[in-house]
Amino acid sequence: MSTNTENIFYRGYEAVIGIEVHVQLKTQSKIFSADSTTFDAGDNENTSPVSVGMPGALPVINKAVINYAIKAGLALGCKIREKSVFSRKNYFYPDLPKGYQISQYDEPICEHGEVEFDVNGKTKKVRITRAHLEEDAGKSNHLGQYTLINYNRSGVPLLEVVSEPEMHSPQEAAEYCRTIRSIVRYVNVCDGNLEEGSLRCDCNVSVRKIGEKKLGTKVELKNINSFRFVEKAIEFEIQRQIDAIDNNEKIIQETRLYDSDKNRTVSMRTKENAQDYRYFPDPDILPIIIESSLIQKMKSEIPELPLARAKKYIEAYAISKDEARQLTEDLELASFFEKVGKLSSDYKAAASWILVEFLKDYFEKSLTLNDLNSLKNPVSAERLAELISLINKGTISGKIAKKVFKDMWTNAKSPTEIVSSQGLVQVSDVGEIEKIISQIIATNPSQVAEYKSGKTKVIAFFIGAIMKETKGKANPNIVNEILTRKLSE
Amino acid sequence: MSLLTKRGESVSSIHFDENEILKVARLAQLKLSPDEALELSTQLKKVIDHFDEITAVDTTGIEPLITPSEIEFFSRDDVVVQETTTEDIVANAPDKMGNLFKVPPVV
Amino acid sequence: MDILNFSFTEAQAALKNKKISAKEMVQFYLNRIEKINPQLNAFLHIDQSALKQAEAVDQKIARGENVGLLAGIPFGIKDLLCVKNMPTTAASKMLKNFVPPYDATVVKKLKMADVIIMGKLNLDEFAMGSSNENSHFGSCKNPWNTDYVPGGSSGGSAAAQAARLVMGTIGTDTGGSIRQPSSFCGVVGIKPTYGRVSRYGIVAFASSLDQAGPMVSSVKDAALTLEVICGQDANDGTSSNKPVEDFSQKINTSVKGLKIAVMKEFHNSDLIDSDIRKTYESAIDSLKKLGAEIVEVSVPMTKYAVSMYYLISASEASSNLARYDGVKYGHRSDFKDLSSLSLDEFYSANRSEGFGKEVKRRIILGTFCLSSGYFDAYYKKASQVRRLLKNQFDDAFKKCDVILSPVTTTPAFKIGSRVYDPLRMYLNDVFTTSTNLAGLPGMSLPYGLSKDRLPIGVQLTAHHFQEQKLLNVAAALEETSLVKNEKPHVY
Repeated sequence: MSTNTENIFYRGYEAVIGIEVHVQLKTQSKIFSADSTTFDAGDNENTSPVSVGMPGALPVINKAVINYAIKAGLALGCKIREKSVFSRKNYFYPDLPKGYQISQYDEPICEHGEVEFDVNGKTKKVRITRAHLEEDAGKSNHLGQYTLINYNRSGVPLLEVVSEPEMHSPQEAAEYCRTIRSIVRYVNVCDGNLEEGSLRCDCNVSVRKIGEKKLGTKVELKNINSFRFVEKAIEFEIQRQIDAIDNNEKIIQETRLYDSDKNRTVSMRTKENAQDYRYFPDPDILPIIIESSLIQKMKSEIPELPLARAKKYIEAYAISKDEARQLTEDLELASFFEKVGKLSSDYKAAASWILVEFLKDYFEKSLTLNDLNSLKNPVSAERLAELISLINKGTISGKIAKKVFKDMWTNAKSPTEIVSSQGLVQVSDVGEIEKIISQIIATNPSQVAEYKSGKTKVIAFFIGAIMKETKGKANPNIVNEILTRKLSE
Repeated sequence: MSLLTKRGESVSSIHFDENEILKVARLAQLKLSPDEALELSTQLKKVIDHFDEITAVDTTGIEPLITPSEIEFFSRDDVVVQETTTEDIVANAPDKMGNLFKVPPVV
Repeated sequence: MDILNFSFTEAQAALKNKKISAKEMVQFYLNRIEKINPQLNAFLHIDQSALKQAEAVDQKIARGENVGLLAGIPFGIKDLLCVKNMPTTAASKMLKNFVPPYDATVVKKLKMADVIIMGKLNLDEFAMGSSNENSHFGSCKNPWNTDYVPGGSSGGSAAAQAARLVMGTIGTDTGGSIRQPSSFCGVVGIKPTYGRVSRYGIVAFASSLDQAGPMVSSVKDAALTLEVICGQDANDGTSSNKPVEDFSQKINTSVKGLKIAVMKEFHNSDLIDSDIRKTYESAIDSLKKLGAEIVEVSVPMTKYAVSMYYLISASEASSNLARYDGVKYGHRSDFKDLSSLSLDEFYSANRSEGFGKEVKRRIILGTFCLSSGYFDAYYKKASQVRRLLKNQFDDAFKKCDVILSPVTTTPAFKIGSRVYDPLRMYLNDVFTTSTNLAGLPGMSLPYGLSKDRLPIGVQLTAHHFQEQKLLNVAAALEETSLVKNEKPHVY
């Protein structure tokens, strides 16, 4: 058990959570056949003799699947096995066309990894037992009197990332899932879409009395399609299990489905006597031998990962921890930020502009983060950086900048062009500003007296008047300096 | 005979009786009449008793052999190829609705 | 022109010289099938498109186009290989109505060589058996004596070939299923090295053992067929990229200086009956006379071959046959009402009705071997002993080029005489199963006749990918075969 965790207890119990994340690898074709993996195909359109298990059909592994698994494994801190083996997991179910699933058993492609993330300001490490490749099953549509089977998903490549049971709160579990999603999106092997099922989180939850060493009976939670629901489902399940134990009921090892409408978990099927899957090495597939040169090549294609990136932001750019976490969750966002920061030479301003102003408007345009560095985004990193530079050079004030920023979403012109065409250039001419200030001081003697009597708050009145006179374009720093000097004369 | 197995229990002796046969038949989704179960258990007991001869071989440290000849591993490029149509795939279905396979209600 | 006894080369020459058309050749064999097949039950399906296929070949020849290596040659295919748009049953009720939308790679390659596919041949259900008595469509009969089995599982291929209902056939061999029926029916059968021939589209029995190969009338025809069907296949990850030689052109009948081994364990076996021993020993004598050096090798682990073979093949089969569940294709029980049915009732009814007795026996045996608590003692143990066996063969082939042995312990037996004792039936495979376990190429060559006028073959085994050596020795022996000029009763 990890020691770096804060103790989280529930009514004298401790929860123990392990998670299996099914990561759908975003290949064009399936793991063992050349059928397409598109999400919205017609009924049984993405199938072939291999993926529906016709007699004599044989699997041949997709090269990209191996490469993606290596990349994801390395990013999750795993060791890549030099030799890994596909095995058959034998059981009958209509969505499983061959009567067995091709998976990996005792020789998975990746093992012994670790991820790190923050929960409530504290750093948590979770070890990854293994990440193994397997084929997805088909989809069942339950229609009461009968069930209809669609094998489009049968054979879609999955990397199943299995954690050690070392999380102890719903928050840790949800943050773990977010971290995995973030990493597999970083290395560009999964689109991380929970609704379409390209990332699925199954949570194994058990509870035990505080101080107890033995693990309680675990229950597997499935059908959770958002990180918020990961938290809610586990929270419900912990309470349900404690209630049951307190009522002297036995926890049964089972799979429960999360019902988000009613916020509860319901029993799916009881594993009375544990299934006997009769795993054995699949004689149709030779062992995968991975050379170190391939591992090196994959390693070289991995971008700097969220955790390292966040550390760099905090240390080198003086960004706050929270901002750094937000900016690094997605690679596109992080790249966008770095570009804006670099071009404007002001990372702090870049961070706050992106997180406070930019993203709100961006998401309103119903754009996704994938479009961030594309032509679809009207406010490119270059333009945002230009805007920040205009502020820093004193060309415009922060207030004017916000107005220009709003225009940038619909105006094809650059911020500089907008500023000049709308005459928004900040007045920084000391002589001119001094003239205006002298005039205002002269026409408002009572306020000047008030200031001199110590009621310095009245300075706001003068600034307002100056800004009104200059249509907000006066450089606020210069105004401040001259005003205080003149008022004190 | 006592065999220690990786997957758990130690096997003190093989009880290949009708109950064992019925348990295995359930795993294999085969339905056996009592007569069939009896006949099969008698036959397979005899067969397995003979096959037990391999336990005499010392295999300490020997890696199991799956593919018996030297074959160079190869993989497939990630390219979509469609050689059959949806109609081809569902043509042999004993029961279907549209292009979907129909089975009993799965709860 | 002796169409009935044409070798492939003779047929090719006759076609090219326009002495005969492919259509005439195919018609000749269709007539034979019509006349003779009812006595043998070798064909499960006779294809109506055969004449059309032949016409297409004739047109190619007429247009002066290049034709394939086996243009116009009528072939029968064991009904375990998928042929697009032809029923493919595996001789099982389970697949009675199954029509695949794809060709097995072997079939695709034969079609590319312009072979004419005449139809599908009988076998033991899912290739499980050594007598062809386990066919849902009835036993096939031995053309030398129709009271006798043709052997199995490729019994239909052996019988059709021996009676010359076709010019060539394809069989498959998991533990002897090409070599044993070849011996029983007096044809030339080769099981290639594991990985030589693509398994794609061949209904899988035991994936680490299955291999398809030719069952034909001569060593040269076998060599030609191998040239066509061997080679790496992008659809089979266990197919080898070893280059395929021009086996037929490279045949060298001189065995001078070759080391031919007898294997101590087989040579001294007391299971061998007198007819078999006589044939086997006369083959040794012939090889000696031809100048080969006869040596002795020992492969002690062959003692456990039958046990290993059944444990491993049944385990793999139990998993390979799980796909037959009545969902996507195959037999479905006549359910009145789906809505009140549990999944277990659904599956077990479909499967119990669809599979025959021997298939169920092996599925249960295999499921047992893989199940929790027994895996290590049976499947894993057998796979470990399998490695020891392979290592011993590797050593043996350092001392010899080819191993000579009997194929079977007895000649063909009478239909119905052995079906009630599975163990006795299994033990019959004593000489053939080691070859598959070690992945070696093996061959049966007709060499003698029993007292009852039943043919007897001798077995040749070589090291991995040494098919050429097998063919060379076989071609030399073929000249001296005592059964060369004998014909079966049904011919």
